Amino acid sequence: MLKIENLTVFYGARRVLQDVSLEVQSGQVLALIGPNGAGKSTLVRAVSGVIPAQAGKVQVDGANLLALPAMQRARYLAVVPQAVAMPPAFSAWETVLLGRTPYLNFLGQISEKDEQIARLALQRVDALDLAERRVGELSGGEQQRVLLARALAQSTPILLLDEPTVHLDLQHQVNLMETVCSLAHSDHLAVLVALHDLNLAAIYADRVALLVAGEVKAAGTAREVLTPELISAAYHLPVRVVAHPFADAPWVLPDSN
Amino acid sequence: MKFLPYLYAMVFLLLTVILSIAVGAVSIPLADIWRVLTNRPPQVVTQAATIILALRLPRTALVLLTGAALGGSGAAYQGLFRNPLADPYLIGVASGAGLGAVLAMNAHWPYTFWGLLAVPGAAFLGALLTVLLVYSLARIGKTVPTTNLILAGVAFSSFATALTSFLMLRSTGELRQAIAWLLGGSTQAGWGPVLTILPYLAIGMGILLLSGHALNLLQFGDDQAQQLGLPVMRTRALILLAASLATAAAVSFSGIIGFIGLIVPHVMRLWFGADYRRLVPLSLLGGAAALLLSDVLARVVIAPQELPLGIVTALFGVPFFLWVLRRSKNQGYW
Repeated sequence: MLKIENLTVFYGARRVLQDVSLEVQSGQVLALIGPNGAGKSTLVRAVSGVIPAQAGKVQVDGANLLALPAMQRARYLAVVPQAVAMPPAFSAWETVLLGRTPYLNFLGQISEKDEQIARLALQRVDALDLAERRVGELSGGEQQRVLLARALAQSTPILLLDEPTVHLDLQHQVNLMETVCSLAHSDHLAVLVALHDLNLAAIYADRVALLVAGEVKAAGTAREVLTPELISAAYHLPVRVVAHPFADAPWVLPDSN
Repeated sequence: MKFLPYLYAMVFLLLTVILSIAVGAVSIPLADIWRVLTNRPPQVVTQAATIILALRLPRTALVLLTGAALGGSGAAYQGLFRNPLADPYLIGVASGAGLGAVLAMNAHWPYTFWGLLAVPGAAFLGALLTVLLVYSLARIGKTVPTTNLILAGVAFSSFATALTSFLMLRSTGELRQAIAWLLGGSTQAGWGPVLTILPYLAIGMGILLLSGHALNLLQFGDDQAQQLGLPVMRTRALILLAASLATAAAVSFSGIIGFIGLIVPHVMRLWFGADYRRLVPLSLLGGAAALLLSDVLARVVIAPQELPLGIVTALFGVPFFLWVLRRSKNQGYW
């Protein structure tokens, strides 16, 4: 279980996150939604220890991740970044093996077990056939799957995804979210995914948290959070929320009339 | 298969070492080289033995170490800055080292072991201060944009070079020596220089050889490297320090020798792939071999005079590099 407690982050004098507290149960997907600049990416970066937090804790199994060295933190928590600016020269296989870093010595010597885990990770995201290809040559959807496999190879109980669907077309968005959800449920991972698309969040996430101007405005089921009042206020746009025509989820539509 | 690139590089290096011992104002047949090297101390001090033991061997060793340092640190700089243009010279480390060395030469150190040690020490200090200065000049908040880094490096490099020229013009006696040194040519003979830079090189190259995995991680950017478990700031600083140490040691006795640090890693990357665990050692070997070959050319092109080494590396290295680049331009290797 991932427990974020009172996380506060400043960029210089500007407060970007204010007292953020969130919980993600094991086996659950929490979608983090919010307008541009709300602090979604900042939250992912702060929780993963890339930027310092001025206050707050990130607890996993009783350990405060923010107090751990990077190597140990990487055994608890893996991040799937957006697939931009991938170094072109590495193969997908080499990329996924880098996920084993927290378990390697400083020379980065790979054992047979590491290779097994990496192969399994590629299999889980249905990308074993990409292994020998260079990541720079892959399509956006393929790159994103390789990055997901790399995170899985880290063998962590926690998975963070930073707007993984942003550069993907509809088919790959759906594929990726389905893969992530089934992984969370079958492997008992606690998954926090920052998402742009409210309707993807509504369909796939077990819980939704709405972040506005660095503060959590609401957290709960999709029905509890994706209300016309909350979303209209957060996005400064009148919206209507209707029942999804065939999924058991709310459906947010901009009210342009 | 996995060790084949190393085998190639080692064989090539061995050939260049033999060439470097054999070729010069006096050519020495292979049989004589073998006899001298296996027959120590030589029963009869022949001319060949004197040339090999007193001149060729120390020179070969110095050139080999210098080339290895330039090739290895070039690979590290390119990996650290994720930029194909980064080399020890571009970001000003060498110019800083040069300035430090000329400052030390100007201070009239006695020609003793410790006096000799002062020059590479000052060169290293110059290199290090340059790195820190350029790095902090280029920094914006927590990031160091590569373009900033290169701009700051090129600018400071010009400044340091101008200052070095100024110092050289002001000094009287050592002017010729300093100019010859700056153009890249080992002016001091004997084992002194080799022994002096050996500790710096051993530490610098030792760290570089261990940093392949970290450099691989850094290719994905600082954020991802950190999220994968690498203590980024510390690792970056350590590699930067090691590369600067190696560069400074190389520059301190052999002067500014361009293009080895830029070209060798690229050629190795084109031929053997971008995995830094392999690229760093291969660049060490390749740099050593390439510089030895340049040194041999420097001795024979206008014999009995010698060309400055730095001129040879540019004159022969650049066309070769462009040829390699041209041949493989469809691979998108970087």
